[in-house]
Amino acid sequence: MSDTTAPTELRKTALNAVHRAAKSKMVDFGGWDMPVDCCGLIAEHMAVRTAVGVFDVSHMGDIQLRGPGSLAAVQHLCMNDASKLAVGQAHYSAMLYPNGTFVDDVIVHKLSENDYLIVINAGTREKDVQWVRKTIGHMPGVHVNDFSDYYTQLAIQGPRAAETLQKLTPTDLSTIKNYWFTWGQVCGLHNVMIARTGYTGEDGFEIYIPSDEPTSARVWGEVLAAGAEFGILACGLGARNTLRLEAAMALYGHEISDTINVLEAGLGRYAKLDKPEFVGRDALLAIQADGGPKRKLVGLEMIERGIGRDGYPVFSFDGKRLGEITSGSPSPFLKKNIALAYVPVENGALDTELAVEIRGQMVKAKVVPTPFYKRAKKTT
Amino acid sequence: MAYPADYRYTKEHEWIKVDGTIGTVGITDYAQNSLGDIVFVDLPKVGDAVEAGKSFGSVESVKAVSDLFAPVSGTVTAVNEDLKDAPEKINADANTTWLLKVELSDAKQVDALLSAAEYEKFTSEETGH
Repeated sequence: MSDTTAPTELRKTALNAVHRAAKSKMVDFGGWDMPVDCCGLIAEHMAVRTAVGVFDVSHMGDIQLRGPGSLAAVQHLCMNDASKLAVGQAHYSAMLYPNGTFVDDVIVHKLSENDYLIVINAGTREKDVQWVRKTIGHMPGVHVNDFSDYYTQLAIQGPRAAETLQKLTPTDLSTIKNYWFTWGQVCGLHNVMIARTGYTGEDGFEIYIPSDEPTSARVWGEVLAAGAEFGILACGLGARNTLRLEAAMALYGHEISDTINVLEAGLGRYAKLDKPEFVGRDALLAIQADGGPKRKLVGLEMIERGIGRDGYPVFSFDGKRLGEITSGSPSPFLKKNIALAYVPVENGALDTELAVEIRGQMVKAKVVPTPFYKRAKKTT
Repeated sequence: MAYPADYRYTKEHEWIKVDGTIGTVGITDYAQNSLGDIVFVDLPKVGDAVEAGKSFGSVESVKAVSDLFAPVSGTVTAVNEDLKDAPEKINADANTTWLLKVELSDAKQVDALLSAAEYEKFTSEETGH
């Protein structure tokens, strides 16, 4: 049993007192004192899949690049092609090292011409900000601002997320398409950024409100009240992890890191190699020219009884160690034990049977398609 | 949830209720609460030997896996088969949802375990509440 008491030096979001008062179970997540379990991980997970849940994701970081040189800076810094973004549009991207591995994966938002907001991971905030300053700080006409502490970021996720948030804003949410955003009034606050983004594999929104404690607590409470008729639950990082794993979305330090390159991670579609230049491009081209990556990220489903977890080794049936699980867990929605793992490309074909070593025992698993879960497309 | 006064407890968060030479073993409410939703329990078979202080199996929640430690030495006489399909029963009522029954090889070992009051004090120190 691990001790869940947080030492005082952990960083806290503006909702920390609210989470503690609600008796949420708190853990150290990348140096942040965050709720992992608010009212039961499985119930929270199912609320997001079938109704709506709300997450405090204020620990995420926000870097703004501003000025006439901002597009050139984003294009140099990130692998996706930001010249394709319209104002009010966002996309998944990543900052890479010259060798094609990950500094971090990010969401780039085009706020206006010459103004971009890059949302980064919590555990990599300081590293990312330093990397951005080092990599593009010398470029002309761009100003870098770290706005990470300015926002309380709430993720309202699930098939009833739009109905829930719609009660709190006059902005017509049906006009915001997936991976687009706008500014609107939310809970009486003006100019709140409302983005149709998330990390659950479900429809949903992320809102960016001022990070003072009273405002944060008030909006949190109003979201919970608005979603009450749909059975909204406050959700912790535990459910956030199982939701993103079912959707096979990468987590920094697991599926992606500074020792894993974009092509291995299966994220090559977001690396626009037809852009003339970005950090990491030459390495990715060289890997492609050399026949492509040697290992790949695959989805596994346990066939025999047992739960493959992060770090457990994966073997072929003839006893060869192939790699290891990067994220593994019971899937609350699919009611199977699932995992993502790196294996050599030649061992990663669909339906290949493998073995996961679980506490000294070899347990059968097979390679399955990802994502494990895909929500039904709605016509709206 | 209160810890039954007629049980004894380990610092690894197991309970044992002794009835003659048979001990019934489970995990505590504190343990189930710390683990969260329990989805898997791995237990020994009837006839297996367990040794005080040694791992005899594991319990897994969605988030984590935790070893189970035997409060006493002895021989397994019964295993709660319900937990194979319904491990969440432990979350619902940890005090009455047993894992194993053990024929004690040395009844004196029970005296070394914590009382309910001692265990409650131990857990409050562990959480800092």
